[in-house]
Amino acid sequence: MGFFLETFFGGLMAGMLYSLIALGFVLIFKASGVFNFAQGAMVLFAALAMARFAEWVPHWLGTDSKLLANGIAFVLAMACMVAVAWLIERLCLSKLVNQEPIALLMATLGITYFLDGFGQMLFGSDIYKIDVGLPKDPMFLFEQTFPGGVLISQEDLAAAVIAAALVAVLALFFQKTSTGRALRAVADDHQAAQSIGIPLSRIWVIVWSVAGFAALVAGIIWGSKLGVQFSLSQVALKALPVVILGGLTSVPGAIIGGLIIGVGEKLSEVYLGPSLGGGIEIWFAYVMALLFLLFRPQGLFGEKIIDRV
Amino acid sequence: MLYRENGQFKTSYRADQQIFPIRQDRVVIVAFLALAFVVIPGLASEYMLRAILVPFLILSLAAIGLNILVGYCGQISLGTGAFMAIGAYAAYNFNVRIEGMPLLLSLVMGGVCSTAVGVLFGIPSLRIKGLYLAVATLAAQFFTDWAFLRIKWFTNDSSSGSVNVSGLQILGWHIDTPADKYLFCLGLVCVCALMAKNLVRGHIGREWMAMRDMDVAAAVIGIRPVYAKLSAFAVSSFFVGIAGALWGFVHLGSWEPAAFSIDRSFQLLFMVIIGGLGSIMGSFFGAAFIIVLPIVLDNLPYWFGIPVDTALASHLTNMVFGALIVFFLVVEPHGLARLWSTAKEKLRLWPFPH
Amino acid sequence: MSVHRPIGEVILDVQNISLRFGGVKALTDISFNVREHEVRAIIGPNGAGKSSMLNCINGVYVPQDGKISFRGQTFSHMNSRQVAEMGVARTFQNLALFKGMSVVDNLMTGRNLKMKTNIFQQAIRWGAAEREETANRAFVEHIIDFLEIQAHRKTPVGRLPYGLQKRVDLGRALAMEPSVLLLDEPMAGMNVEEKQDMCRFILDVNDEFGTTIVLIEHDMGVVMDISDRVVVLDYGKKIGDGTPDEVRANPDVISAYLGTSH
Repeated sequence: MGFFLETFFGGLMAGMLYSLIALGFVLIFKASGVFNFAQGAMVLFAALAMARFAEWVPHWLGTDSKLLANGIAFVLAMACMVAVAWLIERLCLSKLVNQEPIALLMATLGITYFLDGFGQMLFGSDIYKIDVGLPKDPMFLFEQTFPGGVLISQEDLAAAVIAAALVAVLALFFQKTSTGRALRAVADDHQAAQSIGIPLSRIWVIVWSVAGFAALVAGIIWGSKLGVQFSLSQVALKALPVVILGGLTSVPGAIIGGLIIGVGEKLSEVYLGPSLGGGIEIWFAYVMALLFLLFRPQGLFGEKIIDRV
Repeated sequence: MLYRENGQFKTSYRADQQIFPIRQDRVVIVAFLALAFVVIPGLASEYMLRAILVPFLILSLAAIGLNILVGYCGQISLGTGAFMAIGAYAAYNFNVRIEGMPLLLSLVMGGVCSTAVGVLFGIPSLRIKGLYLAVATLAAQFFTDWAFLRIKWFTNDSSSGSVNVSGLQILGWHIDTPADKYLFCLGLVCVCALMAKNLVRGHIGREWMAMRDMDVAAAVIGIRPVYAKLSAFAVSSFFVGIAGALWGFVHLGSWEPAAFSIDRSFQLLFMVIIGGLGSIMGSFFGAAFIIVLPIVLDNLPYWFGIPVDTALASHLTNMVFGALIVFFLVVEPHGLARLWSTAKEKLRLWPFPH
Repeated sequence: MSVHRPIGEVILDVQNISLRFGGVKALTDISFNVREHEVRAIIGPNGAGKSSMLNCINGVYVPQDGKISFRGQTFSHMNSRQVAEMGVARTFQNLALFKGMSVVDNLMTGRNLKMKTNIFQQAIRWGAAEREETANRAFVEHIIDFLEIQAHRKTPVGRLPYGLQKRVDLGRALAMEPSVLLLDEPMAGMNVEEKQDMCRFILDVNDEFGTTIVLIEHDMGVVMDISDRVVVLDYGKKIGDGTPDEVRANPDVISAYLGTSH
């Protein structure tokens, strides 16, 4: 039972990490109707920026303070993400506004390749470390109930807390601020939003920047845990099923979906895996997504898709 | 003034319907085929044949298959690599397990198995479209990645996880040298391309395009959406499966599942987009472009005398790739094929401007 | 050469059809029939449910109540393909043409049900598929001649002006060799000359091929001129049914739709 709980919690934590990435997807889809395949590349780019700036700032400024280095690095990395958002809007989105969603999707695929190459060219392609002070030692809980206790990674726990905070901030942003309202208007109907004076380009830059922010946070957490390396952009592919499960337009859905996928993956790997030859993590999430697509394509919390005839 | 249709009157519908109605086109195609079949095997270097032409041919075939699904029928698929894998492993199993199995039959059976699975994964397309269908096809991709890695039966219980095929021959013609492989692929690809072209200009092709353009109206004319979509998946998977089998048998010789990973799926999708959706010719253009581009980018710095290390070169390749995808989508969503036909239009009037 | 066929027996019988979308009642208890070889008009203000009625006949919408009989066979709901096979074709108010294809190809899609070669024959093309393709192309060319759109054969439909697109829509329906043709506002957006052309085509189709026409139209002049009988709908209910003269004199119809001169 203790082992089950460990696996369960491990799954929850892994799920939170997926959710962080899924949040970026949902943000962009919610506000611009674009499915951003490049989210993973954005996570990698942001993480690279953060890691390298954190390395370089002490040299530039001559300080030793970790806090200062990380703080400035964060700001610089965020600036990069805003620049990227602006470039994407200017060169890509604004030109493809009238085309079908498929074209936009494929454009984001192109952006993925571009960001992968660009990021590594600017910041290098070795494995880098991010150290923002997240606790690395594992904790043992429930030592009274279970012999040896249940192993929980403190780092993952911190990540979960940060993710939850991020969701809360984003939810507040969408609901309470006027920019958030404008974003929701744009998501509903581009033309109507334009006709009441909402500047579409600026809104899109804001959205992609916010998604960039989510990518940066996700990048820092993943990077701190795994090290910043190329495979990070592949993680985005894992986040897709999360978004399908939770619903493309739902921020809480991204969290719940992440948790379900995370737990499902770990549990199925441990309990189903051996009988199937192991390594089923690769496809478990996707097959779950497939089942949802067949029976409930809008996911758990998404808006019902009405196929207008 | 050379490329004029003046004086070429068609006196029968059959003549009007042919693949290359303009005489100049027919002349060029015949010359081109003569070049491809007769001249190139003699003159091209081994490297050219082995590393450029053979992959180009095989990937063109896969691109044709994908184009049928995405370009003609409008169904998105990100799992093409999976279907190539199915074709390759199925052909391998037929070849290895059945004594004296003819090569062509193995390849065709590879295509048939890929067709069966393709129809299966086409079933979601009856209910979902666009992005959601893309995710469903990704499920196919990851599942087959795993299946060919873990299910030992597929690899004939190979201990290393990779399989190999050797000693290809048809009726006594041993396909050993790069020139042999090139001719074999060329012949097969020509036959398949012709079949594909016939299908897209026949009534099944029109059904596919009708489904792509407006499925409600298609239903009202009596087109069955189920049949149209599943047949598109079936035909597409067939060609992709054969391409996969060729890739493994002829190009690689020995392979692992990683040869058909998601990167391959994306690569094929890019070929189809850049080459031109809904165009058989475009599939060839796209394949040529995607194969030649990395080579050009790798060598460009040297031609300009600037030494560039391989890591940087590969980053640049990715960047140029990505930028070109976006560029094509923005500037000419119908790809190189449209650029080509626009050029021909201009050529018809040349030297007059309009 | 036109042969004026006498109006025959009832070919299409709509019985008590009701259609709802959630709380909105699009059609309430509609009954009328259509006789073979006649030109039957459906008129009424916008939102009366005319297009919805055609959609029910075609199988695009499934009515909650009622039945539709075609040539004596009764169905509670129609399946699009079945309907097409039974010889019912239609045009759409908003043009449902296949924008990516040429005019000839659009018309050839109408021949879809008549083309029987299988995939393998088509892949080889030489032989049966080529013959079938050529034969159907010849048929479609007759329609192209009839509709006078020869010059635009190979043009992608999306590039044609609206009036010509409407003709292609009609052509595609004609390509199905229908015994009943459902026309949804075929003259919408046309000027006087184009309307005259379209009228001529419709009447020719009715005369030469004996096709039964069911026509939704707003232009009263056209309706009164060419129809044999008229059905009037208003807010999803039938408020008039008869010859043009009868309907024109019907006080309900006048107050709902036609209006009186002041």
